[in-house]
Amino acid sequence: MLTTIMPEAILTAAEKYSAKGTHPLTAMFGRDETVFGEGYAIYCYFEVPETKSVDGFKVVFRPESPLEYDSITHIVPAAAWYEREIHDMFGIIPKGHPDLRPLVLHESFPEGFFPLRKSVKVNAKVRGERKYKIRTAKGEGLFEVPVGPIHAGIIEPGHFRFSQAGEAILQLDAKLFFTHRGIEKAVEGKTPYEALPIVERICGACSIANTWSFCQAVEKIVGVSVPRRAEIIRTLLMELERITNHVGDLGNIPAGVGFNPAISLGGRLKEKLMRLCEAVSGNRFLRGVIVPGGVAMDIDAALINHIREVIDDVTDGVEDLSIMFSEQENFQNRIQTTGIIRNRTAVDLAMVGVGARASGYAHDSRSDFDYGVYSELNFKPYTKSMGDVAARLLVRIGELSASFEMVDKLLDMLSSCADTALNVELNYIKGEGWGISESARGSNFHYVALDAAGLIDRLFVRSASYPNWPALTVAVQGDIIPDFPLINKSFELCYACIDR
Amino acid sequence: MFKVLERIFKDRLATEEISLAGSERYRGPIEGKAGADALGECMAICPVKAFSVAGEDYKIDYKRCIFCGRCVEACAKLVPKANAQAGLSHGHVDAMPYLMEAGQEAVQDVFKKQLGRSLHVRHLDAGSCNACDFEMGATGNPYYDLGRYGVHFVASPRHADLLMVTGVVTRNLEQALKMSYEAMPEPRMVMACGACAAGGETYGDTYALVGAVDTVLPVDLYVPGCPPRPSAMIVALLAAADLLKKKMK
Repeated sequence: MLTTIMPEAILTAAEKYSAKGTHPLTAMFGRDETVFGEGYAIYCYFEVPETKSVDGFKVVFRPESPLEYDSITHIVPAAAWYEREIHDMFGIIPKGHPDLRPLVLHESFPEGFFPLRKSVKVNAKVRGERKYKIRTAKGEGLFEVPVGPIHAGIIEPGHFRFSQAGEAILQLDAKLFFTHRGIEKAVEGKTPYEALPIVERICGACSIANTWSFCQAVEKIVGVSVPRRAEIIRTLLMELERITNHVGDLGNIPAGVGFNPAISLGGRLKEKLMRLCEAVSGNRFLRGVIVPGGVAMDIDAALINHIREVIDDVTDGVEDLSIMFSEQENFQNRIQTTGIIRNRTAVDLAMVGVGARASGYAHDSRSDFDYGVYSELNFKPYTKSMGDVAARLLVRIGELSASFEMVDKLLDMLSSCADTALNVELNYIKGEGWGISESARGSNFHYVALDAAGLIDRLFVRSASYPNWPALTVAVQGDIIPDFPLINKSFELCYACIDR
Repeated sequence: MFKVLERIFKDRLATEEISLAGSERYRGPIEGKAGADALGECMAICPVKAFSVAGEDYKIDYKRCIFCGRCVEACAKLVPKANAQAGLSHGHVDAMPYLMEAGQEAVQDVFKKQLGRSLHVRHLDAGSCNACDFEMGATGNPYYDLGRYGVHFVASPRHADLLMVTGVVTRNLEQALKMSYEAMPEPRMVMACGACAAGGETYGDTYALVGAVDTVLPVDLYVPGCPPRPSAMIVALLAAADLLKKKMK
C-alpha cells in the first residue's frame, strides 16, 4: 500500500524510499483522479529486495493547489525521464528538473496539450507546434553527426545526434518516442480482456513479458491465483521468449562488426526458435496464449517433445557460437572495453536486465520477485563486471544455458502436472495492482487501475528498455561512431516498448 | 577459426523453397460456416472491426485482421461441439490469396521460378510494435535468403523502388514518412506491410495516431498479417517486383 503524501514532502519521501539507492526506482507515473472527485496524483514505486516487493508513495495534488513539486531527479537520477513524461502527459511541473524538454510528444503537438488528462478525448486530433532543441556540444573543431529517425538498416526509428571531437564521440543526445501510439490512453475504458490484444502488441519482441505483467496486475486486483499448469506454461513461454531474443542477439551483435559466419548461424538458430514459437502458440511472437486468469492453450506431450528437440539443437548451436566468438581475436578486439557502463552508473540509473547484470549489478526479477514457478527452479542471476559489449554478450550466453536448464525442468514439471485447468474466471472489481516479469531485456512493470465497472482507468507500462536507454548515451562516450551500432546492439533496447 | 570452418562444412544448406504453409496451430485466414447468431457474436468481439456480417455470410477485412482468433473462439462457444463440421476455424497458411488488390495477378506468377526481377526496398517503421520489422529482418536469414530473388534492402529512399512501411502511422513519424516518399525516384511504389500499416485499427484511434498508411500516401500493395510471416513478405515483395516491371513498360 502506498503512503499518501503532499507535494511538499516529496524530497523527504524520495530520500527515505530510495534508501540511498539500495532500493531502485521501479516506476514513477501520473494519474488523473478528478473523475473520483480528487485531483492529480504521482505514483512512485521503489523495489524492496528484502521483501521481494515494491513500496513507495503517492503524491496527491488537491484540486485547488498548483500542479508543481520539487524534482527528485537530483536525489534519484533514474527519475529524470519519468518526470519529463509526467510533465508531457499531465502538465505537472517538476521544479528544478535539469532537462525539461518534451520527451514523448514531438513538434506537431501544441504546448499545453496533456493527453492523459481525462478531459482530453482519446482521439483528440490537436495540432500545433512545440519546440524541441537537440543537445549538441559547441567548441572549436567540434562537429555534429545526425542519424535517423529513418536508419540505414531494418530497425526501429530514433534520432541520434552525435557531437564529435574528431573520431571520438563527445556527447550523444537521443530523441526517441517516435512510435508513440497512445496505448495507455487507448486501453482506458476497456475491459482487461478487450485491452489484451493491444497489450500483446505494445512490443513484438516482449509480447510475453508485457502480457504476463499486465495479467499479474489484473489478477492481483481480483485476488485470484492462476492454476498451477498455467503458471508453468507462462514461465515456460517467458523462457522461450528470452531464448529467442538472446539467440537473436548472438546473431545480431556480430552484425555490428560484419562477422558473417556468426550472423548466419545466429540467424538459423533464431528461425528454428521462431518456428517453435509458432508451433506452440500459433504465432511466431507467442501471441494469444497468456490471458487474464491463466492461459488459453495447453502444451501437450507431442509439443513437449518438439520443444525438447529444438532446444537441444539450439543448445549445440549456442555452444558453437560461443566458441566462435572466443576464437576470433579481431572480434574480441572490437567488443572488449567498448561501450563501458560502470557499476555506479548502472545503480544510479536503476538499470535492469542484461545491461545491469553485465556491470555487476545483480538485478533480476526472476529472483527479486516471487512470480511464476521461478522459486522452484533454483534460479540465480548471472553477472559479469566489466560492463562492456563483451560482458553483455557473455551474460547472454550465461543466461541462455540457465534458460536451457530451466526449460528442461519446466517440461518435466508440465509432464507430471496432474492439474488440467488452464484458467480461472475473473470477476472484475474496482482496485489497483501491479505486475512484474523479467523480459529478455530486463524487468517489465505494469500498473493497472480498474474502476467500479471493471474497466481500465489507468494503465502504466514501464518496459525494461525505459531505464536502460539513458545509459546508452553514457556508454558511447569516448568511443567512435563505427562502434555505435555494436554498442547499440549489445543493449538491444526496444523502441516500441518505451514509446508505447 | 576451426569452429567457423567446422560449422560451415557441417551445416548443410538451410535455404528452402518459399512455402505459405504454417504449423498446425498457426492462425491464418478464417474458414467455415456459422449461423447468424454466432456470426453476430464474432462481429461484436472483433477488436479491430475487421469482421462484418450480411445475413448468413461474413466477410473479413484482411487489411485490418490481427489474427487474434477471437471470432473463432466466440463461435466455438456457441456452436455445439458435436457438430464438428460447423463453426469457424483458422486455415493454417498465410492469408495471401486475399493479399492485395493490385497484386492479385502478380502473385499467381510468383511461384514460377522466373528470374530477371530486381527490386530495391527501403524499410520504414511508421509506428510498429517491431514484430513486422523483426520478420522483415528474418527474410534475409539462411532459410529464406531473400537476396536470391534479386530483392535488396537499401540504406536510403533515394536508392529505392519500393517503400515498405510497417506500423500504423504515428504523429511523431508522419513527417519522416512523407519526406522519405518524396525522396524516392519515379516510378515508386509503397507497400503497407502488416495489419497496422494496411488497416490501421490495431490500437484504435488515438491522439498520437494518423492512421493506416493509405491515409498519408498512395499504397500499391497491402500485406495482411500480425505480423506477416517472412514467407508472406517475400511473396509480396516478388509481386511488387513484377508490378514494378509493368510500371516501367
